[in-house]
Amino acid sequence: MAVTRPRIVAFLCNWCSYAGADLAGTTRIKYRADVRVIRVPCSGRVDPAFILKAFETGADAVLVGGCHPGDCHYVRGNLNARRRFLVLRHLLRYMGIEEERFQVAWCSAAEGAKWARLVNEVCEIAEKLGPLKGFKSIAGELATPEKEITLSGE
Amino acid sequence: MARIGVFVCWCGSNIASTVDVKAVADAAAKFPGVAHAVEYKYMCSDPGQAMIRQAIADKRLTGVVVAACSPRMHEPTFRRLALSAGLNPYFVEMANIREHCSWVHDDRPLATTKAIETVKMLVEKVRRASPLEPIRVPVTRKAMVVGGGIAGIQAALDIANAGVDVILVERSPSIGGHMAQLDETFPTLDCSQCILTPKMVDLAQHPRARIYTYAEVEEVKGFVGNFRVTVRQKAKTIDHAKCTACGVCIEKCPASVPSEFDCGLATRKAVYVPFPQAVPAKPVIDRGACLWFTKGRCKVCEKFCPAGAVSFADKDSLVEETVGAIVVATGFDLIDRGLYGEYGYGKLADCIDGLQFERMLSASGPTGGKLVKPTSGETPKTVVFVQCVGSRDDSKGLPYCSRVCCMYAAKHAMLFKHKVKDGRAYIFYIDIRAAGKGYEEFVKRAVDEDRVVYLRGRVSRMFEKDGCVIVKGADTLSGQQVEIKADLVVLATAITGSEGVRDLAGKLRIGFDQYGFLSEAHPKLRPVETNTPGVFLAGACQAPKDIPDTVSQAGAAASKVLGLLSSPELVREPLVASVDEAICIGCFACENTCPYGAVEHGLRKDAETGLEVEVAKVNPGICEGCGACVPVCRPKAMDLKGYSEEQIYSEINALSGRLNVKG
Repeated sequence: MAVTRPRIVAFLCNWCSYAGADLAGTTRIKYRADVRVIRVPCSGRVDPAFILKAFETGADAVLVGGCHPGDCHYVRGNLNARRRFLVLRHLLRYMGIEEERFQVAWCSAAEGAKWARLVNEVCEIAEKLGPLKGFKSIAGELATPEKEITLSGE
Repeated sequence: MARIGVFVCWCGSNIASTVDVKAVADAAAKFPGVAHAVEYKYMCSDPGQAMIRQAIADKRLTGVVVAACSPRMHEPTFRRLALSAGLNPYFVEMANIREHCSWVHDDRPLATTKAIETVKMLVEKVRRASPLEPIRVPVTRKAMVVGGGIAGIQAALDIANAGVDVILVERSPSIGGHMAQLDETFPTLDCSQCILTPKMVDLAQHPRARIYTYAEVEEVKGFVGNFRVTVRQKAKTIDHAKCTACGVCIEKCPASVPSEFDCGLATRKAVYVPFPQAVPAKPVIDRGACLWFTKGRCKVCEKFCPAGAVSFADKDSLVEETVGAIVVATGFDLIDRGLYGEYGYGKLADCIDGLQFERMLSASGPTGGKLVKPTSGETPKTVVFVQCVGSRDDSKGLPYCSRVCCMYAAKHAMLFKHKVKDGRAYIFYIDIRAAGKGYEEFVKRAVDEDRVVYLRGRVSRMFEKDGCVIVKGADTLSGQQVEIKADLVVLATAITGSEGVRDLAGKLRIGFDQYGFLSEAHPKLRPVETNTPGVFLAGACQAPKDIPDTVSQAGAAASKVLGLLSSPELVREPLVASVDEAICIGCFACENTCPYGAVEHGLRKDAETGLEVEVAKVNPGICEGCGACVPVCRPKAMDLKGYSEEQIYSEINALSGRLNVKG
């Protein structure tokens, strides 16, 4: 029986968080496979509308990863992002989306273990809150129907 | 009509052992717009690349998705390949199914699902890609070096000797830096000044070099190839064009302050040359110490100057220089001994730091090379050297090793024993780190020939008693508490980034860590580059370094500069922002957001009304492609090439609906 797993969409800046996630890979730190990563040059590139779109298309939680404040590859893109997301939280609350479904984290290129931990934490949050139903019913019409794929032999 | 090729890599067993690569290729073949999908053992290998090149030609592919390792690894490889196959490189994307998938997940169906969905996202992204051409910008064939210590001097000399103009900016009145303060250097015990001062003179006389001393970087504008640096030339108050360096002003000046060069062990005048071999050898007036500037009376120097070179009306001036590349060589500072309550808060007069000991050893130093006990002026018989004061000490927030102290403590103890034959030298250490050519032998020489006593352990406390410093510590090898009655204690205090470096880093838009060390672009593979193109690092500003390593890095930085300036134009990635002028309302929210000043004001003539309206324009030479301007654009006129709104939305949309993969 197929269990519905949470879906996490992550926007990662190319220089810190994406590299940190790469480091988790090169050091073989295992974490949950429910995250989908979208690479952006900087967390400052992340439009709050991307996050709403991700929720609309079935994400149960959204994670934005940027460089630590002061370490931004583009000087202060992460600080721009942080201000925008403060405003976004109000909107999410107004829309009835639990705030915990939207997480922002600073994760450097050296923090592979932190990335793995973040993914697991956000997955747990999404599981605890359950699927984001309200939005999915709207998205249902847009979404392609579930497809079944059977793995080929070893 | 899009014809995308999807190439799924096994990466040997790295990907294939966790991800069902065949299932990924089969699923990808059914995605809209995909004309070709295959898997192969090693996509980055020659046969793998040949396969992609062949497919681009045979299948007339309009885009390529390589599902393999991280794009940070091989994106350039596959983009170059596309270019050679006649496809615009920006029609290539990589789906990261190794670092972000096979290496971090165990569950085969879940990893395969993730791989398929990741490929789907990137296929959607490539379908909406635009062809982009590299940006070419002209390069100014001139470099700037900030900091005039051995790192800066070496980098500047290497650049100048290669025939490229170089400007060196040093904030103190002379170049030379900390190396000029040193007496003899490890592991050869050759005289620091004897090897440094010829280089200082060489640089000063070099036809390709220009030195600004007593000057600081005020502002940095522009970008790689064309930095516009404003240099603040502090008022020297002495006209160096007229000054003959006769020294009468220094002789007559009544105001004395502690000498920075002698680390406070001696005084200097308000009008001063930091040290006899200074370059330039002409004095400046320290306005913070000068009686005329502090109290409004004196001007003795002006009265006595035979050349009429003293100019109290002198003002700071700003000079703008355009350079193609910048080397930062700002060096280091020692931490404040006041942090150490257990070592007397830096207030014990007979307890000095390593640099002060160097000055005491130096023949040109305040004691003329004679070792003295500061409180009594007698020759010290028992000297205790304490290593790792600050370094490797989490409790003081400095977990790193300062790298040079093990060697200079051995050197200090040795030189002390050479000067005071019947003296006793003790070194408290944690570990002896003597990794370098001839270093281990040097330490061994200190122990075997000069009978320096090494005690493995930390010093817990020191205090003054009967005119001596009582040093209490542990010898962890014998398991005993040690108490030494020392005439002189020398602390190997930790090295940190130099004062004001954070401010400079902000102007250059380069990173730094919490200890004030500047960040290199990659700790192993790009150790002299920074994240700002065209800005390079040399010496201890990046991390604690000894002289051989500093000189090596300075040479490396110089060669990077020369490489950059070797061609008349620079080629940059075209992943920059651009404005749709027809939509732009001229609110300039983008301008306020841009950290680089890349947004300029332009005019657009309205076709219908003939009126001119002000619109934003992005200078592609300055834009770094962060995309922070895109979300703030109210009418959505701004977009980022390579990460366009359409592309990112299509990636998000690609995730709607769920796959159900059965194991």
